[in-house]
Amino acid sequence: MISTDSDILATAETWAKDGRGVALATVVETWGSAPRPVGSHLVIDGEGNFLGSVSGGCVEGAVVTEAVDVIADGKSRTLEFGVADEAAWKVGLSCGGRIKVYVERILAEEAN
Amino acid sequence: MDLALLSALNAERAARRATVLVTETASGVQRLVKEADLAADPLAALLDKQLRSGKSGAVEAEGVSYFLTVQAPPPRVVVTGAVHISQAMAPMAEMLDLDLAIIDPRTAFATPERFPGVTLLPEWPDEAIKTLGLDGYTAFVALTHDPKIDDPGLEAALRSECFYIGALGSRKTHGRRVERLMAAGFDEVAIGRIHAPIGLDIGAVSPAEIALAILGEIVSTLRGPRRHLS
Repeated sequence: MISTDSDILATAETWAKDGRGVALATVVETWGSAPRPVGSHLVIDGEGNFLGSVSGGCVEGAVVTEAVDVIADGKSRTLEFGVADEAAWKVGLSCGGRIKVYVERILAEEAN
Repeated sequence: MDLALLSALNAERAARRATVLVTETASGVQRLVKEADLAADPLAALLDKQLRSGKSGAVEAEGVSYFLTVQAPPPRVVVTGAVHISQAMAPMAEMLDLDLAIIDPRTAFATPERFPGVTLLPEWPDEAIKTLGLDGYTAFVALTHDPKIDDPGLEAALRSECFYIGALGSRKTHGRRVERLMAAGFDEVAIGRIHAPIGLDIGAVSPAEIALAILGEIVSTLRGPRRHLS
C-alpha cells in the first residue's frame, strides 16, 4: 500500500485512539540530496509496525527502533543520519545526504 | 504531541483548511495555529511566510528555535468530462495524493462502474462547482471537447484562485475557445492562465499517456521545476 502524508497522520490518530502506543517521526532538517523533504512523516506503534517514510527506505529501520524506545519512555528525541556518522553510514543514506529526524510520542491522556 | 492536537490537525485537513503546528525545539511544547487565527498569533509574520511557502521548516524568533509543520490542504484536481483520459487519470491521481472530482452531466459517462471509488458529480459544471468550491489548492482540467460542458467550468475556474487551469483540444479548438471567453468578458491575461495545448510535451498518444502528461504538468506547476541546465 502506498501511504501519503494525510494517511499517515490519520493513521497516527486511529492507532492512538485504539489505545496503541504511537510515535510520530518528522524530518526536521536535510542537507545535500536528502530523499524526503522536511516535514515528511513516519508513524510507528509499540510493536514496530510503521507507515510512511522519512528517507525512502534507507534509515527507517533505525528510526523505528528508536521510536519504540520513545513510546516506552515518553521522551522525544532528535536523530541525525548522514555519511559523517559511521553508525548512520551502516544503516545507510547512500545518496550522501544528511537528515535530522524528530521523534515524539502521541500522548493519549486528556490530562496532558 | 497530544492526541487532541493531532485530531484537531486532521479535522482541519479534512475540511481543506491550512494549519501550522508550532513546536518549540528545546522544550517540545506545541500548539496548533489555524489559518483563521494566524493573524492574532505572536509569531504571525513567521507563520504566514512559512504557510505561503507551503513547506515545513525550522525558524528562530528572539533566540528561541521552533519547528513549523505546515499542513496545507491536499491538492485537488477537478475535471469536466467522465471520459477515457479521466478514467486513466483516476488511479494515477490517487497514487499522487491528489483528490480527484469528476463532473459530467452526461449520466451515461459518469457512472460508478466506469469510475470506481472516484468522486463523481453527474451535474452541470456551474452547479457542481458551487458545491465543490475552487480554492488555491485546486487544479481545474477541461476534457470533454464540448463547449457546453467545458466553458462554464473554465469560466468558474478563471474567476477562482485555482493554481492550474488546463483545457484539452487542438490549437484551432483552443482558438475558438479563446474567442468565446473573450466574448464572455475575460481578457488576455485571464485567458493566458489556461494551459493549452494541455500537458507536458512528452508526445503523449494514448489516453493514459495524455493523463500522465496532464498530471505531470499539474505537479510541475505545484512544485516548480528544480533542475536547471547550466
